[in-house]
Amino acid sequence: MNNIIYLVLRRLRMPLITLIVVYAVSVLGFVLIPGQDDAGDPWRMDFFHAVYFVSFMGSTIGFGEIPYPFTDGQRMWTLIMIYATVISWLYSIGSLLALLQEPGFGRMLRRRSFTSEVFAITEPFYLICGYGVTGKIVVEKLALRDIRTVVIDIHQECIDDLQMCGLPMRVPGLCADASLPDILDDAGIQRDNCIGVLALTDDDNANLSISIASKLLKPKRMVISRTESDVTTGNLLSFGTDVVIDPFVTYARYLSMAINARYKHLVYDWLINPTHRPLSSASHKIEGRWIICGFGRFGRQLYKAFRDCDVTVTIVDSDPINVNKTLHQVWGVGTEAHTLKEAGVDGAVGIVAGTNNDADNLSIIMTARELNPKLITVVRQNLDANSLIFSNSKATFVMESGEIIANQILGQIKTPLLAKFIQSMNAYNDIWAHELLNRMSRVVGNQEVDSWAFTINEDHTPALMMALNDRKTLKLNVFMKDPRERKRMLGVFPLMLYRHGEVYMLPGELDELMVGDQILLCGLTGAFSQIEWTINNYNVLYYVLTGEDRSGTLLSRWFRDKPDQ
Amino acid sequence: MNREKVIFAFFIVLALTINFGFFTGDIDDPTHHNEFELFAALVVSLICTVLKFGDRTHLGALMLATSLVADLQLVIAAFLWGFAEQISGGLTPHMMASIVSLSGGAVLANVVSVVLLVVETVVVRR
Repeated sequence: MNNIIYLVLRRLRMPLITLIVVYAVSVLGFVLIPGQDDAGDPWRMDFFHAVYFVSFMGSTIGFGEIPYPFTDGQRMWTLIMIYATVISWLYSIGSLLALLQEPGFGRMLRRRSFTSEVFAITEPFYLICGYGVTGKIVVEKLALRDIRTVVIDIHQECIDDLQMCGLPMRVPGLCADASLPDILDDAGIQRDNCIGVLALTDDDNANLSISIASKLLKPKRMVISRTESDVTTGNLLSFGTDVVIDPFVTYARYLSMAINARYKHLVYDWLINPTHRPLSSASHKIEGRWIICGFGRFGRQLYKAFRDCDVTVTIVDSDPINVNKTLHQVWGVGTEAHTLKEAGVDGAVGIVAGTNNDADNLSIIMTARELNPKLITVVRQNLDANSLIFSNSKATFVMESGEIIANQILGQIKTPLLAKFIQSMNAYNDIWAHELLNRMSRVVGNQEVDSWAFTINEDHTPALMMALNDRKTLKLNVFMKDPRERKRMLGVFPLMLYRHGEVYMLPGELDELMVGDQILLCGLTGAFSQIEWTINNYNVLYYVLTGEDRSGTLLSRWFRDKPDQ
Repeated sequence: MNREKVIFAFFIVLALTINFGFFTGDIDDPTHHNEFELFAALVVSLICTVLKFGDRTHLGALMLATSLVADLQLVIAAFLWGFAEQISGGLTPHMMASIVSLSGGAVLANVVSVVLLVVETVVVRR
């Protein structure tokens, strides 16, 4: 606020001095010029009357010549001073309006209101730097989970988009460079209730400086950063950034998992992606030779991941610096039929169009499909604006980096247990994954699979703690019963139980709960609010356990206890 | 030589001198105190206040405060004069003494202002 007042005062210095001088000269003139009273005797206006007259003359109200009709000398002075005062008023008001319309002043006002809005947030919130495709998805999903966010983006259009997109809660947004520490400070990076910083800008350097700033100010707070090069990844990890997401590495891993263990891949896909792939998509034949068009950042990561799981790969690239880096290589872009034939498209099982040009990528998969209709096609989408064309391209997989990063981040924010589950899944085979998939499919059908984690303790599950303290036995199925009708089951089931550092995958419904247990559940989005009832309200829990409605009032307790006496 | 500094110092010192000129003389004798002098002192004091706007330093804030004090004292003195002449029926020695003592307070504020100006000049040495 101080800044704005100072700026206004400094700008208005000249207009105010002009006003004071004009008024002083005007008053002095009226005091000095001789006049006449109504009897014709000489009379001179005193300061009191002069100030009075000039005050209303300056604002051109004009009450007439008082206290006595003016002499010609006084009238001439009035004539001059009317113009002088009006002009000086116009000048002052004009300067004030010009100041208000200045873009810099508007920026200052916006930043001021943003800072005070962030300061007023008392709930925990995430600071999101960069409101592109990823930022947009993350903010929206967090808002649906009633988690507050604060957004900084360098483009005004993105901030306008944020204000217009109709989120269920208010999200403060500021158009500024997030790599500057004082901007981050205004956005609440030093606040205790800022529980996580997400560096999602498309500039690796900006992400780096945001992550460093956050780690320096609050080493224990979670920082998630996106990156597009191995050098930045190493740098980010070196000072303890919690999660570093490289879209190319992530997608390369995702694809190689699809080739290696298709059901396990689908479990992962269902848990991480809001729109998951149908169960039938796993029936494709996927083992065999692959063609990768484009050996850039994406192509390289993919080649590495495919080589790790012993898949034969043919590279198609036209850049001279990429020639002869790999075993099987064909020179060309891949958009022409003869290049693809040379790469052996007839005998291949899949093709990846991974260049950084969207038109080329689409052309590659269309040509390839003409030559071999059974081909599995993976296409990389670079620009978000092209999503309409890509969604109609009939490619088996569309690699869209913004969404990949958003899903990874949401998986991390929803619950760190999910990452642990996915990691532990590696120890199981594909048959196990297939069974799990069938179970998931029965529960959610075609809807989104959501997942939540609960910890049995005083803060998160007070009702369960009360029951445990009363030496009641609680089984895992308390989470699954519908609190409105206990014979009905909610559309959820437990994925994992984490107890004393040990992981129990797919625990049974009748397993007993202990204090400190962490439980990962998955199921339909709507079930979460029902579970919240059971674990927070002891009366609801009592109904779920025994089928009796009870309330803890004195009267009902007295009635209840009476037969026992 | 900085032209802005000259104008700034000129007005601050002028505010003190005019104000002092009005203040000197017998406290209750209207013939010793010129009304034009009070008017000039008030106008110059107002200009000083505006000149001090927008300085964000600690010293600047102090200067602005002293100026505001002087303005307040002089405006009350001027009002009192108008009230005595027009409404209460004549400038009594009692009224005159009040007006002059108010302007005396303004002199003190202006002295502080000048002292601060000198202090700033000595400290900065440029």
